[in-house]
Amino acid sequence: MEEAALSVQNLRAYYVTGHFGMQREVRAVDDVSLSVRKNEIYGIAGESSCGKSTFIKTVAAAIRPPLRVLGGSIKYSFLDRDLYDLDERKLADIRWNHLSFIPQGSMNVLNPVRRIRESFQDFAFPHMGLGRSEFFDVVNRHLERLQLSPSILSAFPHELSGGMRQRVAIALATVCRPEFIIADEPTTALDVVVQKDVLALILETQREIGSSMIFVTHDLTVHANISNRLGIMYAGRLIEEGPTREIFHDPLHPYSRHLVASLPRIGDLTPKIALTGAPPNLAQPPSGCRFHPRCPLATDLCRQASPELTTLSSGRRVACYAVASAPATRPMTNDRMTNDKFKSF
Amino acid sequence: MLKVLRDLFRHNREFAAGSILVLIVLGIVVASFFSPYPPLDSYVVPPDIPPSWDHLLGTNSRGQDVFWQVAVAMRNSLLFGISVALISRVIALVIGLVSGYVGGMVDRVLMSINDTFVVIPLFPILTLFYFMMHDHMSWVVLAVAMASLGWPYDARLIRSIALSLRNREFTTQSIFSGMSTRQILMEEHLPYVLPIVFSTTLNNINWSIGLEVTLSVIGLTNIETPTIGTMIYWANQHTAMVAGIWWWVLAPVATVIMMFIGLFLLSVSMNEFIDPRTRLARMGA
Amino acid sequence: MSTLLSVDNLTKSFARGGIFGRTEFVAVDHVSFSLESATPEIFAIIGESGSGKTTLARMVLNTMSPSSGVIRFQGTDISRLRTGRDRLQFMRKVQPIFQNPSEAFNPLKRVDRYLFASAYHFAGCRSRDGREIAADEALKKVGLSLAEVKGRFPHELSGGQLQRTAIARALISSPALIVADEPVSMVDASLRMSIVNLFKTLRDELKVSIVYITHDLATAYYISDRVLILQKGKVVEMGSARQVLSEPHHPYTVRLRESILSLDDVERVHTSG
Repeated sequence: MEEAALSVQNLRAYYVTGHFGMQREVRAVDDVSLSVRKNEIYGIAGESSCGKSTFIKTVAAAIRPPLRVLGGSIKYSFLDRDLYDLDERKLADIRWNHLSFIPQGSMNVLNPVRRIRESFQDFAFPHMGLGRSEFFDVVNRHLERLQLSPSILSAFPHELSGGMRQRVAIALATVCRPEFIIADEPTTALDVVVQKDVLALILETQREIGSSMIFVTHDLTVHANISNRLGIMYAGRLIEEGPTREIFHDPLHPYSRHLVASLPRIGDLTPKIALTGAPPNLAQPPSGCRFHPRCPLATDLCRQASPELTTLSSGRRVACYAVASAPATRPMTNDRMTNDKFKSF
Repeated sequence: MLKVLRDLFRHNREFAAGSILVLIVLGIVVASFFSPYPPLDSYVVPPDIPPSWDHLLGTNSRGQDVFWQVAVAMRNSLLFGISVALISRVIALVIGLVSGYVGGMVDRVLMSINDTFVVIPLFPILTLFYFMMHDHMSWVVLAVAMASLGWPYDARLIRSIALSLRNREFTTQSIFSGMSTRQILMEEHLPYVLPIVFSTTLNNINWSIGLEVTLSVIGLTNIETPTIGTMIYWANQHTAMVAGIWWWVLAPVATVIMMFIGLFLLSVSMNEFIDPRTRLARMGA
Repeated sequence: MSTLLSVDNLTKSFARGGIFGRTEFVAVDHVSFSLESATPEIFAIIGESGSGKTTLARMVLNTMSPSSGVIRFQGTDISRLRTGRDRLQFMRKVQPIFQNPSEAFNPLKRVDRYLFASAYHFAGCRSRDGREIAADEALKKVGLSLAEVKGRFPHELSGGQLQRTAIARALISSPALIVADEPVSMVDASLRMSIVNLFKTLRDELKVSIVYITHDLATAYYISDRVLILQKGKVVEMGSARQVLSEPHHPYTVRLRESILSLDDVERVHTSG
């Protein structure tokens, strides 16, 4: 197997807060292990407060109290050590240059009172080791590749539309040709028409510069269109992982199955069934499997013990006793909801 | 509420220091009710005795015990400060909430009144007020006058909060639940502004005591009522500092400074608690 | 046939800019549509951000007045509702559902107070027991019960539960029309369908008409009977949901339709990967 671009082992990141002596611990990321291959877009899906944002904050080394990393390791291929063994100066060196970030709101990286040119200068210039005119040559060529006119460099962020700003944020994140890009819901705030173009741009840029990427969004249809592999998180845990296509055709975990089955699409009027209950409070997660209170397949075992993320013979990974116990006998079917037990959803 | 106070006392040094100072002053105020001498009478003790066991803070040139004078004066000053703060808070709340919520013409009229009050120079107006009222000047009259000048900054602040609350979805939810404007203001919006108002109330008490002291020291209030300000006024009249009766000036000044610092620390320490996020976090959100 | 809601040539413009260079910005531009009383339906208003859909919703709810045009609800021009009693009467019949369920309830207040206030003002429940019964009945219609909600603060309930409570509150007055502005866009995927399905039930069983405002074509296709496509304040296409969304005519609708990411693209995108 080739070397992974990012390998995360048993990562645990909790929010530990104290208000006037009341201690609270929110287990936002609890024992997550995954690896991102080179040149791959690894998608992370999940609903709000499933831990996906915390996860990427952690792998981007952007943690601040009350968030704390309590254990685990994060290794990038371009680093000889664990991410958390680096000091602040070394971290600043790798940011943008090796590891860059596309945020949900482009305003998070673009300073509203500075022209786009200055933002490029602030972020990318120190990393490129080029003279000023050479640097702007590179920037101009990069912008052209992304079909952005170099004239936007003299604009202020507020003069651009939302979609345009997001393209600038992408240009900014990729101008140093980083090995690794972390994208946090980069298209969520955009309108559908713009969203499609921005996704195409991300895909194209990623292929062109050959970086690896973690792409986080709650929107499964976006994942279907961009991620090579998909990890689904629920209540701070990674519960299923596999090639995106396979997850859409044959989701294994009951939760993923529900997510895929409940997606409305044009041309499909079959009744969509809703899941009962709600995601747990991560300050007091349920015992055993965190999905068991909502799961139609839950057994006593699920209530007591937490299933490990196990690798199946197909190479996919899933954290569910019901699936892992009978991997060979489970009928492989393309039809998404034929399993009798799921009629009860 | 008790739990909040206990937690604040334990985990917030400013709060602890502030409340100790305020409690000392309150202790003195309570003690004033047990004064062995009628506060308005003079020549009840031998004059100009320095602090001693018989007279803790000495006596003044008018034959009064300074400690008991300070106690009564502090009581009046504090009562004055609280009255001004409460009256002006009520005005600020009504104007701020209504202006922010109702908006439109009402808002424009109320805010232009508000801004007029902001630019009125306080001191000349109060001086003028004294010369107009003269013999009718009592601390109640002065309190009302100062309260009607002390609300506009707060009203602006409250209005800005009310303005943002008006556009929140829960306000529309309340309207469509059939709640009346009064109910929405009193029950939905008031809880958001009260903590902030609480903090500014403490500051306003300080402000009004300070202003009262200033006016009294130059004799622009009813000098018959013992307050911290009039005490200093009488001390000045008897040239206490020149005569070496330093305790007559030092005692009221020290007490009122203790009060100032105490209230200031309390209002500062409230800030953390006032943040609605902190409140929600305590509720377990 | 009587008309439940008729919107006639509705326009709303806002003045932009300061003292100098004041410009008009037209948020809603001559929009007309109507809903019939006899056939309760889910009427979707679809538009991107800035299309004026929320402004339109506010005008229908009578929380914003139009620059020109008339909205008639059951024959009455709603801009003529001046007295408090008229407005209450209107609110009894027309109720809103909000976008963000955790914002729709005051975080410092218990959720049930809104239910009880509605029962008091709209269902005429003067006694405490009466209010509790009315609230419980409404909550049962959305698959909850008063026991689950009573005394709870918003942060103690999930987004889905809150949104259903909000719907239950709207139902207490037995409205004829519900205006729902992006009611599921902030609700998590695993809870979204419960809300969407609930709208169908309201239409079919309680005969409530629903104006469903959204940017999401897929859920609109799934639940609505008719759709109206709004672009920069103008109606570009209106008609049966199936027809408009499967065979759009207007170029803008076509573009919207083509921009939807489809799951079938999974194959196409990943054949190389």
